[in-house]
Amino acid sequence: MKSKIWLIIKREYFTRVRNRTFILSTILLPLFILLFVFGTAYLTSKSQGEKQKIAVNDQSGLFKSSFRDKANIEYDFTTEVNENNFAQKGYTAFLFIPENHSSSGDSIKLVSAKQINIATQDDVKDGIDEAIRNKVFLENHIDKKLLDSINKVKPEQLYRFSAVVNKGNKTEHSNPLLSYGIGFGSGFLIYFVLIIYGASVMRGVMEEKTNRIAEVIISSVRPFQLMAGKIIGIAAVGLTQLFMWFILVIILLAAGTFFLSHGLAANTDSLQAALASQQGSSLPSEFLSAKSTFLSANWLLIIPCFIFYFLAGYLFYASLFAAAGSIVNEDPQDAQALTIPITMPIILSFVLMTAVISNPDSTLAVWGSIIPFSSPIVMMARIPSGNVLPWELILSIVLLVGGFTFTTYIAAKIYRTGILLYGKKVTLKEIGKWLFRKS
Amino acid sequence: MPLLELRNLKKYYSGHKAVDDISFEVSGENIYGLLGPNGAGKTTLLRMITGIILPDEGDILFQGKPFDPMNQIMKIGYMPEERGLYKKMKIGEQALYLSMLRGMTKKEAVKQIKYWFEKFEMQSWWNKKVDDLSKGMGQKLQFVITVLHQPRLLILDEPFSGLDPVNSNLIKQEIFNLSKQGTTIIFSTHRMEQVEEICNKIILVNRGKKILDGDLTKIKEDFKENIFKIGFSSTPDYFEPQSFDIIEKKDLESLIRINKGYHPSDVLREYLDHGASIHLFNEILPSLNEIFIKQVNEIQSTPAFSEPN
Repeated sequence: MKSKIWLIIKREYFTRVRNRTFILSTILLPLFILLFVFGTAYLTSKSQGEKQKIAVNDQSGLFKSSFRDKANIEYDFTTEVNENNFAQKGYTAFLFIPENHSSSGDSIKLVSAKQINIATQDDVKDGIDEAIRNKVFLENHIDKKLLDSINKVKPEQLYRFSAVVNKGNKTEHSNPLLSYGIGFGSGFLIYFVLIIYGASVMRGVMEEKTNRIAEVIISSVRPFQLMAGKIIGIAAVGLTQLFMWFILVIILLAAGTFFLSHGLAANTDSLQAALASQQGSSLPSEFLSAKSTFLSANWLLIIPCFIFYFLAGYLFYASLFAAAGSIVNEDPQDAQALTIPITMPIILSFVLMTAVISNPDSTLAVWGSIIPFSSPIVMMARIPSGNVLPWELILSIVLLVGGFTFTTYIAAKIYRTGILLYGKKVTLKEIGKWLFRKS
Repeated sequence: MPLLELRNLKKYYSGHKAVDDISFEVSGENIYGLLGPNGAGKTTLLRMITGIILPDEGDILFQGKPFDPMNQIMKIGYMPEERGLYKKMKIGEQALYLSMLRGMTKKEAVKQIKYWFEKFEMQSWWNKKVDDLSKGMGQKLQFVITVLHQPRLLILDEPFSGLDPVNSNLIKQEIFNLSKQGTTIIFSTHRMEQVEEICNKIILVNRGKKILDGDLTKIKEDFKENIFKIGFSSTPDYFEPQSFDIIEKKDLESLIRINKGYHPSDVLREYLDHGASIHLFNEILPSLNEIFIKQVNEIQSTPAFSEPN
């Protein structure tokens, strides 16, 4: 009997792993993500939009020193332009500063022909803020020289800052951004796996049903073996894919370290230049410090937890997908209607995760990471923060194991009947009957 | 001892009686035709015989012992109606996989697959996918996969659908061969003419009940209505017949029914006495279709068998 389920697992595994789509998606997905990340960085640096030319009519005469030209913004102080003719004179916007511009006086007005972009508007407001602040300081008899020198000082020259997490006798560097990144990444990956591999299980079951091969196979193996074999086989495919991505990340890290530390990256290409100019530092040092921060995360906890939530979350939902596949009747619309109730909680978990990730200790986050429907995704968003209490983790694990045992039990009952039922729309009432029927 | 014996099998689906107290047995080198209209309960019956579903009531005995599907499935080959194959899997691997699931060893399976692929001229198919095959080729493959493990009992559900005459004949010959080698065959269909051509025994089912079973020729004998076809070289003179009634009359041919107490020789004598020149005289046996319809109507008009409600 054991060897039969093994045969099924092997078939499910090898037909998928040998498939061209598997190989392509394994290689292309990380490349696609890299391309996406670097692409957006490159594009945002390149396309700050068209150059903004702003005419300023400053009736108070206080603002000139506070508006400095930027790469994409040029300020022009003139009195010859007004809000009716700025476009004709080649300006994208017109800023009018009345003499009495206090909060009880006239409004400072920025007029443009088209909606102005956020960066430009922020820059204008920053300039105004600075000018007003200076004016207040001067009115309160602060020396102008002193004020100028204070304005030039950067925070790093004034103080140093470090955030530390104190856990009894040991302290760690706090790095909320890294926790955020790892949490979001693993939560997203699990979300992705649940949706993609869940759908794959469902499609597999539907194929076996509509091809009537289930009839041939179920005469030699039990329905549960066929279902379990498929679920386990596809889980193995998922693990393989994950492992390959892991290897790929290691290779990329190693290659990055090698090239950058050997200074080969010195010949700047446009991408690096773009990244460097945007972040104001050189790429190699950024990369190396990012790498050491990356390695400082608590991987010994994160990796085992990730693998557990990855598998257990998959098992929780995969059997439900299998059950849904077994009651579909050759009608793709049926399939869609049946998938929605299963994908809904997955999508909700993802939304919940994005909501709680920056606040991993809120009540919502804690309960979201304990309840089995959402725990695979939400817990992974919390774990990198290191703030998960042991009882929370243990309860979450126990409930999830109980959860997937329960969903598998229910799914097996639906699957057993559904897979052999043709040409009939199944009602919820009937499914209810199947659940309570003895084998 | 019969190979397979069904005793009072019942299977109800939420109040609907899919199979309602059916008993029969199959054995020997016979080809059984399991006949009935769509929805008669054939598929449910076959699924119980193949162990896919369990009966609500009744017993299935296989070789005299209670049927244990998981261990005895090796001795049964079941070919479902159409399809029943993975579309995207290579044909050779698929045949191997399905035979190993039935419990064959890899070595045995490879040997058998090679033998049958050669026999059906399918060697070049090994690395193709089912997707690449025509419907008829798929049907051929399915037949091969069904018989690979040399089952004692072969169950075929509409094996000829989608086959061209050449391949149809190939499979028909193979069915006869397997039967001669001692395989018992159950052949389920709603097409009566195929049964008359292939089967020597029939089991008629309708609305979950068995309405008739037995030897095909004997059943035809039992249901014959003494109808004969008679052909003439020239139109006979008119006369008032004593021994028969004319059912249908054409120029040179008549269908007649012999009256009770008379024999075919009486009919011939009467014609000859009236100077007819006869060149054809043969009995018209009822077709299975006619028997089936007659039987179904008879049962429905009997109050004891009407639907309880």
